[in-house]
Amino acid sequence: MNPPLAIDVEGLEKRFDGRCVVRDFSIQVPKGRIFGFLGPNGSGKTTTIRMLCGLLTPDAGTGRCLGFDIRHQAAAIKRRVGYMTQRFSLYEDLTIAENLDFVAHVYGLDRRRARVDEALEQLGLGQRRRQLAGTLSGGWKQRLALATCVLHQPELLLLDEPTAGVDPKARRDFWDHIHALAQGGMTVLVSTHYMDEAERCHEICYLAYGRLLVRGTVPEVTAGSGLVTWLVSGDGADALARTLHNRPGIAMAVPFGSALHVSGTDAAALEAAIAPWRHAPGLTWSRTEPSLEDVFIHLMDSAEDNFQ
Amino acid sequence: MTGDPARFPLSWTRVVAIMVKEVIQMRRDRLTFAMMIGVPLLQLMLFGYAINSDPKALPTLVNIQDNGPFARALVSALGNSSYFRVEGEVASMAEAEHRLANGDAQFVVTIPAGFEKALVRGERPALLVEADATDPASASNAVAALTVLIRTALDPALTGPLAGLKSGPDPIDLRVHRRYNPEGISQYNIVPGLMGVILTMTMVMMTALAVTRERERGTMESLLAMPVRPSEVMVGKILPYIVMGYVQVVVILAAARWLFGVPGVGSLSLLTITLLLFIAANLAVGFTFSTVAKNQLQALQMSFFFFLPSILLSGFMFPFRGMPGWAQWVGEIFPLTHFLRVVRGILLKGNGLAEIWPELWPIAAFLAACALVALRRYRMTLD
Ligand SMILES: Nc1ncnc2c1ncn2[C@@H]1O[C@H](COP(=O)(O)OP(=O)(O)OP(=O)(O)O)[C@@H](O)[C@H]1O
Ligand SMILES: [Mg+2]
Repeated sequence: MNPPLAIDVEGLEKRFDGRCVVRDFSIQVPKGRIFGFLGPNGSGKTTTIRMLCGLLTPDAGTGRCLGFDIRHQAAAIKRRVGYMTQRFSLYEDLTIAENLDFVAHVYGLDRRRARVDEALEQLGLGQRRRQLAGTLSGGWKQRLALATCVLHQPELLLLDEPTAGVDPKARRDFWDHIHALAQGGMTVLVSTHYMDEAERCHEICYLAYGRLLVRGTVPEVTAGSGLVTWLVSGDGADALARTLHNRPGIAMAVPFGSALHVSGTDAAALEAAIAPWRHAPGLTWSRTEPSLEDVFIHLMDSAEDNFQ
Repeated sequence: MTGDPARFPLSWTRVVAIMVKEVIQMRRDRLTFAMMIGVPLLQLMLFGYAINSDPKALPTLVNIQDNGPFARALVSALGNSSYFRVEGEVASMAEAEHRLANGDAQFVVTIPAGFEKALVRGERPALLVEADATDPASASNAVAALTVLIRTALDPALTGPLAGLKSGPDPIDLRVHRRYNPEGISQYNIVPGLMGVILTMTMVMMTALAVTRERERGTMESLLAMPVRPSEVMVGKILPYIVMGYVQVVVILAAARWLFGVPGVGSLSLLTITLLLFIAANLAVGFTFSTVAKNQLQALQMSFFFFLPSILLSGFMFPFRGMPGWAQWVGEIFPLTHFLRVVRGILLKGNGLAEIWPELWPIAAFLAACALVALRRYRMTLD
């Protein structure tokens, strides 16, 4: 039996001034999953998320969010969805507590004061409740925004780059929090540019130029990329990058610290290309799994070739 | 999901939520808050005190070509009146012309040669008054006073055989040269009108800004993602400003009463109702603008675009009946036009509902039309 779907959309399309920003976007996300949304800048992540919660009307396509039609039942969806915008969109001239209280009030929550206090407590902002939201540091704004959009206990959480500018410790707390919420049954769709965050998602998808290129679990995506990768380490490994770059058979050569990832789609051609350096003194070569970043950069490059 | 209260036009809870937020923001924006109270007071002071449409002690020159007792009586009468301050004599018409053009004098009174002789013969000699009419309003009252002045100055001298000149037409022919004669403006007229003007300005602008600000600061995206309806946003944003409008009215009325002694004879409850209608109409205009404007600057520009014809064509600046037909026709559209009539009617004439009704429904119609446009134009989405 299929699990119930939180998001189920078919063929979504969005144009701005005749330019297609999202095209033929279809996706099914089961309830209780953490779904990662990846893609280069301008690939249409924000636009897609906005269509899902009824903030933008798709030019084509149909779909349901939490069982409600995204075109005609936006009001019902909005009541059950928490949306954290990419750009800080709380009221900067309201205090932290006032922002929380406003949201609680709009959603018509009971025990407003207690809920606000709880949220402040969880955030660790109890002492600063009277501080204006606009005067918070960037990372704290993000944390406040998250607290605000889970206040009404939504069934679906749409997070648009929630951890941009957040320090590592806070990011870890943030993800622990998201996992806890998902275990409680909440579905989370989160866009991010961080690979480590992608790996913490149950499933990811990758967009480029408004198209969905791949989706699946991280191992599935890695395996599905068809990339073969060699890891080069040793003295001068990173310097080799420029030499290898653009050689036939080599899709990319990316330095990771002092090591180098050399990848290609054709194992034999790749081996032929790297053969001259295989036995260079001081270099150690080994086969490795391509990292998610290798996969995405490769996807981005080939998408550029296909669509530009 | 039939359980959704989606059919219901608006949820009071959400309206209150938005209202509370709006009030907090309003309070925190100290400068704007101060302006909303400060602007009416400032304008009142300006119009009420600084802009005196009945100025006194206007600089006057005399050109005496007939130095008889009558002429001298006239000159001293001029000097004694509060309207004129005789600054000196000029020797010729050319000099008079020159001094007038320089702005040294507002009036030049010429007593022609043979004045006395002609007067005695009952020939009604001409007394020429050149008035600097570039500011017509400032001259008109003084000119009006002149006629009376001449009579009182000459009467004591008209004795004996000349006593017959006292009755009948004026013994002299007063010729005033000026370009036009505007409607007399007084504080009685201006203070109630000012109330309408101030409300138009602040109310339209405040709401136009209140919504565009959300768009400009990006808070609109959050707000739209929440389950609020356009009508709730509209009512929630408008209500605090209605209260604000009443505060302004109280300030203005108090000033009108205590500072300028405007009578205020009419019914206060009638005024309150009219005000509600008028304020709401202006707020609806502002809200409509905010659905069109892309940013706060545009919203501001649109507010002024509405404000200018409002004050120019409503009868506040220029006498309504003096405007050409098309301008009157356009003027009838603006709520301010009708509000001015109502408020002057209530405050100065003590009009009742029956008299003001013809002015009330056009405001109501305007409000309905605007609210409709605003609600239709207000986007629930970002596209
Ligand atoms: N309101 C709009 N009007 C016109 N073009 C728009 C609008 N919103 C988005 N776009 C365009 O749509 C494209 C996709 O934008 P979108 O914000 O969805 O990208 P994104 O994947 O979220 O990018 P990022 O990672 O930088 O946040 C961009 O090229 C952008 O210029
Ligand atoms: Mg984005």
